[in-house]
Amino acid sequence: MNWVGRRLPRSEDPPLLRGEGRYVPDIAIGARAVRFLRSPVAAGRILALRPPAEMPPGCLFVTGADMAGVQPIKPGLRRFNYRAVEQPVLPTERVHFVGQAIAAMVAPSAALAEDLLETCELDIAAEDPVVGFDAALTPGAPLVHPIAPGNVAVEGELRPEGFAETLAAAAHVVEFAFRSGRQSAMPLEGRGGVAEYDRATGRIRLSASAQMPHQLRTGIAQLLGMPEADLQVIAPDVGGGFGQKIALLPEYPVLVWLARKHRGRFAWVEDRNENLIASAHSRDQRHALRAGFDAEGRLLALEADILADVGAFSVFPTTCAVEPLMALAEYPGPYKVPAYAVRARGVLTHTCPMAPYRGVSRPVITFGIERLMDRAAAVLGLAPDEIRRRNLHDAFPARSATGMVLDEASYIEALDEAMRILDVPAFRARQEAARAEGRYLGLGLSVFNERTGYGTPAFAARSMDVVPGYEVVDIAMLPSGEVEARIGSSPHGQGLRTTLSQIIADRLGLDPGAIRIIHGDTDRTPYGWGSFASRSLVIGGGACQVAADRLADKLRRGAARLLQCEPSEVALRDGQAVAGAASMPIAELARLAHQRSELLSDAIGFNLAETGQYDPGGTFSNACHAAIVEVEAETGHVRVERYLVVEDAGRIINPMIADGQVQGGVAQGIANALFEEVIYAPDGTPLTGTLADYTPPTCAEIPEIEIHHLETISEATITGAKGLGEGGSIGAPAAIVNAISDALSPFGVDVAEFPATPPRIRALIRGRAPRA
Amino acid sequence: MTEVRFTVNGTAQCVEVEPRLTLADMLREECGLTGTHLGCEHGVCGACTVLMDGLPVRSCLVFGVQAEGAEIRTVEGLAAADGTLNVLQRAFQAQHGLQCGFCTPGFLMLATWLLEQKEGVDEARLREVLASNLCRCTGYQNILAAVRVAAQEIRVWREG
Ligand code: FES
Ligand code: FES
Repeated sequence: MNWVGRRLPRSEDPPLLRGEGRYVPDIAIGARAVRFLRSPVAAGRILALRPPAEMPPGCLFVTGADMAGVQPIKPGLRRFNYRAVEQPVLPTERVHFVGQAIAAMVAPSAALAEDLLETCELDIAAEDPVVGFDAALTPGAPLVHPIAPGNVAVEGELRPEGFAETLAAAAHVVEFAFRSGRQSAMPLEGRGGVAEYDRATGRIRLSASAQMPHQLRTGIAQLLGMPEADLQVIAPDVGGGFGQKIALLPEYPVLVWLARKHRGRFAWVEDRNENLIASAHSRDQRHALRAGFDAEGRLLALEADILADVGAFSVFPTTCAVEPLMALAEYPGPYKVPAYAVRARGVLTHTCPMAPYRGVSRPVITFGIERLMDRAAAVLGLAPDEIRRRNLHDAFPARSATGMVLDEASYIEALDEAMRILDVPAFRARQEAARAEGRYLGLGLSVFNERTGYGTPAFAARSMDVVPGYEVVDIAMLPSGEVEARIGSSPHGQGLRTTLSQIIADRLGLDPGAIRIIHGDTDRTPYGWGSFASRSLVIGGGACQVAADRLADKLRRGAARLLQCEPSEVALRDGQAVAGAASMPIAELARLAHQRSELLSDAIGFNLAETGQYDPGGTFSNACHAAIVEVEAETGHVRVERYLVVEDAGRIINPMIADGQVQGGVAQGIANALFEEVIYAPDGTPLTGTLADYTPPTCAEIPEIEIHHLETISEATITGAKGLGEGGSIGAPAAIVNAISDALSPFGVDVAEFPATPPRIRALIRGRAPRA
Repeated sequence: MTEVRFTVNGTAQCVEVEPRLTLADMLREECGLTGTHLGCEHGVCGACTVLMDGLPVRSCLVFGVQAEGAEIRTVEGLAAADGTLNVLQRAFQAQHGLQCGFCTPGFLMLATWLLEQKEGVDEARLREVLASNLCRCTGYQNILAAVRVAAQEIRVWREG
């Protein structure tokens, strides 16, 4: 029986469907409630900070001064002119963005804590804030942090010799400058944590809505100067993360500090306003591209100037360099770019800091290069698919302009397949007819690759002080024959318990129901990284496979001893160890291995435990997305009529779960393209502090997403799986906005900003008459 | 403190609450029914949807004291006493209508109400009603599919 490749229903679902999930807010009930006093101004000096004159019993007010000795958050990076900005857990001198936590109020209930915050005394001498690129980069602009001259926190540059000449010699030079609006990952469950002191052991248990429990533990122990062994971090059911919950933000060390100092149980549950203004943002970028093409439309040279607003601080452990440096390293994407010059800067402003959000910079760079391709196609008189076909890598392994190795993929095949499914001539006829009626339809393409499942070497190349990458899995068969696999990854909706059990089941010849995946608890799992960067199934899955193969080997040796044959003659299938005509239940073998070890120990030792490790170099998934939209010229409203994904993520472990990842990613990408934006007033006040302002889409806005799979099995991963967590959100902004631009081509306008909201579209076409 | 008497999933409750406590917090904190989730507390996401006297309400926008005498239904009341999933819950699992599961109780209660309407459900009505709630993980397609399949199974689906 092969479990890999099947649409196995998720073992995660039944408790969640019964309302029996345990999320942080559920664990928080009954704990002392913590609420944070947050800065109302973007920049200023704290003059006075005092609790209300009367504090009711059971209430506490904690400031940075109370937490003296606690280290500031200071993630490190050893290259790229990185300025190591420090973030005090609770500031005592200055505030740097609206929403920054300044003090914690503890009360028996959250409502009372909020009442008390109303009457705290907070006096801040406001200063001129730095908001937006222009303000930050103007010579002589105030500095967000004195350590970062010119407000540049990180800067990378590549400029091969002779680049200018190559560009100058090109037959056509095409330019494109654009802006991508600031986003929030906006998991439906915000962040939150419950820290509890255990009197018997003196340890603290922190339950946190987090993606990287082991890193949270290490990071908090370092900040507080406490024994790491005294801290247990648990990620219980987590209501989505999408990158936002990677970060070690100040609230968690405050909770652990409170639990240690006051020997109690303290809970903070982030509210939606806090999540939108003070959790973490992403993708506030401005890029300027110049590309030289030869007369046939082949790209000769690409130049990119990348600005990424990183907000006021650098987030642990990814640092504020994650967005600008990913854009720098990965701009050429799936295209052959013989000469590539780039400058990328991370710019500090008095706004909420940035953390990775599904796809990190790739939705932005894919937008850039895919809009550029369409512009070049127009200049050269080529069809959009044709110019792409002429530039896509078609021989593997290929080496990117920045030295990354692109493994076997299906860039051109995916494009061809999408074109075949779409029937472009029929669409063009329909588009033509619609235009005659004053209706504007457009078709947009987006071709991209997605670097996934990259281990330690890729992260080490970034020179981060904290280098993620590998995963370790401890697997053990119990005397009952059930299997426990303890993983370092930490899923939060990806269905990893199900998919990993499918991988292990096949290796051990067991039913997935006999396999438990244990995750999200630093006491019970090996040190590992977590779920981000489309890596868990590739790296955690690879480590599961290694561990399960070792265990299978042991089981075969044990069975061979009992069945009196060679280990190589033993097959594990359907719960049996089979050798020719002889067989025995694997569960019986497990019992004997533990309880009658005298029969087996010389062949297999004393238990059925093994460890698997996996640290791959990385692989690339790829896809072609295509969108058909209708733009209503009078209102600027965009309706997505059709959305097609042809994607290649290598071997698919569970097609149902894979499609769910793609659909969810595309929905977030469409949201990014059309609806969602974090907006600041010029004084640094966030204007989008509720979901009604941030406007995430509902099922009325998100179309059916049509998915077709290609399966290129590359050597780059041992399971053949390439990872696909982020692809949906990477491809959608480019496909949608290319479609809008195609629709509006009679108006001779070009969309260079996303989200492409109705007011922005109206501003583009207002006063313009469509060409006939 | 105010005394509130109501029923939840058929069980009589009597709790003492501050008048400002929301129905959501009352269910979660006073009744121990944490299946009802809070995604925004300002009436946009619908994660907190419960049925109150047969109608879906955003329990973050209703005060607990307003539930006096009301019949409340929550996600905990959907499965059989032994935990067996009902038709709708089974369809959510089979169609992969949930990922992180945080929005799920709200969608389940909204859809429970929809499926009980005697006029039945068609595609347009399905989208219109489910557009009340937000999901951040699934892209909605499989949530719509789950409710569609459940509606077909209990024969209230109308081809549009
Ligand atoms: S929590 Fe009630 S609508 Fe969001
Ligand atoms: S499943 Fe995560 S929000 Fe819907």
